[in-house]
Amino acid sequence: MKKLTGIIISLLLVFAAQAQARLVIEITEGVEGALPIAVVPFQWMGDAANPPPEAVGKIIAADLQRSGYFKTLDETQMLSRPSAMTEVDFRDWRALRQDNLVIGRIEPNGPGGYKVRFQLFDVYQGEQLIGYNFSTTAKDLRAIAHHIADLIYETLTGTKGAFATRIAYVVSEGPADSPTISLRIADSDGHGAQTIVSSKEPLMSPAWSPDGRKLAYVSFENGRPSIWIQEVFTGKREKITSFKGINGAPAWSPDGHYLAMALSKDGNPDIYIMDLARRKLRRLVRHWAIETEPSWSPDGRTLLFTSDRGGSPQIYQVSVTGGDVKRLTFENKYNARASYAPDGKSITLITRVGSQYRIGVLDLATGSITVLTDGRLDESPSFAPNGSMIIYATRYKGKGVLAAVSTDGRVKQRLALQSGDVRDPVWSPYYK
Amino acid sequence: MMKKTMILLLTLVFSMALLSGCTSTGGPQDGEEAGAQVGDGSGAGGADTAAAGGAGAWTGSPLEDPSSPLYEKVVYFDFDTAEIRPEYVPTLRAHAEYLVNTPGARLVIEGHCDERGSREYNIALGERRADAVKRFLEAEGVSPVQLETISYGEERPVDLGHNEQAWAKNRRAELVYQ
Repeated sequence: MKKLTGIIISLLLVFAAQAQARLVIEITEGVEGALPIAVVPFQWMGDAANPPPEAVGKIIAADLQRSGYFKTLDETQMLSRPSAMTEVDFRDWRALRQDNLVIGRIEPNGPGGYKVRFQLFDVYQGEQLIGYNFSTTAKDLRAIAHHIADLIYETLTGTKGAFATRIAYVVSEGPADSPTISLRIADSDGHGAQTIVSSKEPLMSPAWSPDGRKLAYVSFENGRPSIWIQEVFTGKREKITSFKGINGAPAWSPDGHYLAMALSKDGNPDIYIMDLARRKLRRLVRHWAIETEPSWSPDGRTLLFTSDRGGSPQIYQVSVTGGDVKRLTFENKYNARASYAPDGKSITLITRVGSQYRIGVLDLATGSITVLTDGRLDESPSFAPNGSMIIYATRYKGKGVLAAVSTDGRVKQRLALQSGDVRDPVWSPYYK
Repeated sequence: MMKKTMILLLTLVFSMALLSGCTSTGGPQDGEEAGAQVGDGSGAGGADTAAAGGAGAWTGSPLEDPSSPLYEKVVYFDFDTAEIRPEYVPTLRAHAEYLVNTPGARLVIEGHCDERGSREYNIALGERRADAVKRFLEAEGVSPVQLETISYGEERPVDLGHNEQAWAKNRRAELVYQ
């Protein structure tokens, strides 16, 4: 039976590769005073008839532009197209009022291989800030481009970049009375979307393992909810729980050894922790009310969860060893689906403002909630691994779409799929 | 002789299963078929135990008779609650009576929510709704072995609108006879 499941998954993967659905990203709000930067198209040093499959410079420029913190120079306005420092005349770039300049070269490097070189300059100082060489293959050219964008972002903003990461999300497509539900992953720029599992029954709540190599999710494929763990790169998967009642809201511990979850096998939904190696379950929180949506602190010592024990859903905190439960939210009548920022100092959540469901950030030091979005049905917020942005699900023109907002609320992007409803996004950690 | 009756009975049960399959696709509720798995096929597939209870009594099930209170198989809820509204008490009593009188009948109670708020919290809320119906039926004398619950949260709306009217239709428990 296991073998059969494996085959089905591989078939799905093959199918997915053919039917790639692209996410289109649109910046809806950028930062005023974004840094002007010119990214010159990288020069191909090999056979002109056989160029590399990806436009590395363009990918870098798009990443930087999309972050909202940079304003990239249009190629058509460039006065020159240097690809080495000796070809750079900083006066050209000063005339165009560019603060920074990125140039690069791609050389052939054996069969199917490439060498990518890039340099970042401070135009006004006339000096190089960073420069690197990478050896890679066609398949990883995009990943290298995102990695270069990360290096540039970190050098110029002081914050680690999160372009070389991925997102997982759920898509519902097809006839309204019998949609196909797919769990997909895509690069953080929406490129390379692949279906990792699909079903006529609900799929929900994807959660990345801390090494970015596995996803836990909930599938109703056998007519009842079960929690599965699937290896992202091989498609190999395993059913982790299928107790009576709810099997939901999986969340990995930061060390990857434990999975917190909501189970109602003993009557009503409570928070449990499973030791994944030994498959042993421990009930962390027990109460007659609803307890669900556990989420670990980055240090692994405490968990957040949603409970309506006080009469309406609110966020509570408990030690990983159990014991006293502390209520964290008092503002607004409805707070749910909380998760920690990577630095552990704040949490993002769904909060109801009047009759609108929006994404907020709760500062754990002050206890106050800042509302970042202005939708009516915003849900499923998840931090980027550098803490700079929060991805969430919202509605736009009658469709479910993904959007991202910077934690200061200044930058907003929308990620729309050409067809279908998109929801339940979760940003991957950095790959280890 | 014995064999003949068996065959006749089986044909009858089979055609009933087919029939109920037909009406469910044509009828107002969907989502009754549990089938369509991606993974292993071991699942409890929706239709195969259908009509097991009925055998002798079939001259058209009261469950499919529009003039019977049993025809009503959906109970609606107010926002963020699992309280059974008084107007649904007669419907649920009729189902309780039917289940008590038909010990072979099996019922799955599906809990559903509107789309607002968190998906996992809605799964919990949907279960609370299904449980409320289950408890009501049990209090009316239905054996727990006849009843099962499942929550779909907001994952299976019947109305795809995004307004109060649609939400009111989606906050529901569906009674799905197996």
